[in-house]
Amino acid sequence: MIIAERKPIDEIKTFVKGKEKILLVACRGCVTVCNAGGTKEAGILASLLRLDAAKEGVPLKVDELTLERQCDPEYIFELSPSMGEKYDAILSMACSIGPQFIASAYPNEKVYPVLNTCFLGGALAHGVWAERCQACGNCIIHKFGGLCPISRCSKSLLNGPCGGSAGGKCEVSKEIDCVWQLIVEKVTSDGTMDEFLSLELVKDWRTSRDGGPRKIAREELLK
Amino acid sequence: MTMEASAFPGWEPKILAFCCQYCAYSAADMAGSMRLEYPTEVEIVLIPCTGRFDVILALRAFEKGADGVFAAGCLEGNCHFLDGNIRARKRVNFLKAELKSVGYEPERIEMFNLSASQGPRFAEIARDFTQNIVGLGPSPAKKL
Repeated sequence: MIIAERKPIDEIKTFVKGKEKILLVACRGCVTVCNAGGTKEAGILASLLRLDAAKEGVPLKVDELTLERQCDPEYIFELSPSMGEKYDAILSMACSIGPQFIASAYPNEKVYPVLNTCFLGGALAHGVWAERCQACGNCIIHKFGGLCPISRCSKSLLNGPCGGSAGGKCEVSKEIDCVWQLIVEKVTSDGTMDEFLSLELVKDWRTSRDGGPRKIAREELLK
Repeated sequence: MTMEASAFPGWEPKILAFCCQYCAYSAADMAGSMRLEYPTEVEIVLIPCTGRFDVILALRAFEKGADGVFAAGCLEGNCHFLDGNIRARKRVNFLKAELKSVGYEPERIEMFNLSASQGPRFAEIARDFTQNIVGLGPSPAKKL
């Protein structure tokens, strides 16, 4: 899923400064699962903004609404009934896709992103998320014991490890496991070292960001 | 008993205490049975475990005019639901940081641990917390 985290409250306060009526739009997708932008987090942020406004002695009305997703126009248009309320600003608590879609659907509205979209990953434990994919567009993890060297190696090496690997950790940080250490351990225990030792050729990065912004259109699904 | 609201005449603090039914709530009951005095400003909310204590409950309380909020749960290691009180303390610490970020004193929210047999301790917690809130003065939200 997409992992995101809330922006610092001071930055969010700059979005609402001078506004009297705002709409906070939560998302029931990835950001609910990673506890960043769901109904609950919207409630907490709305409450904090109201408390801040009360402290400053300025009026601020914060309405809250949760959409099923903010990456599909059919859900974005569920905002239409709310648009009659004439909000001074719409704050999206989805990943960056949400505020972009809202701004595109309602070009007259001032839309702000409340979250920083961080990475594609999964939960290691409750409250801990880690990066596992860089959406390179050509998955090759089967060649590396099911581990992704693109997202988990700091240098995205395809023929590692590098000289910065020590004690199973990456030279970038002792918090980061050297994925190449993990890969070698995995293929050793699998008994597949022989086939693993062949040199990995240069990856075609055109399917990644190097090919420019990406788009998929499936004929069988188009109306 | 009414606390002296020294620097703010006419103001009496509003304090909400979220009390676990297995310990703090019983301790408050015992404090009453023992005729121990504690500030009348402390209003008790019964919860099944401090694991039920949620950040949003405390925030709503502050929005509605509370000057201080505390959660009181079982002694660490004695939670009826294993770790409800540990989770509550983490939420309280999270809330302290959130309140500070919008200019509210983090001391307005606290977590306490006590057992059901500690009636005098409950009265002491209620007195001390209320005194601290009196020292802080009215919630910044009361400016409006």
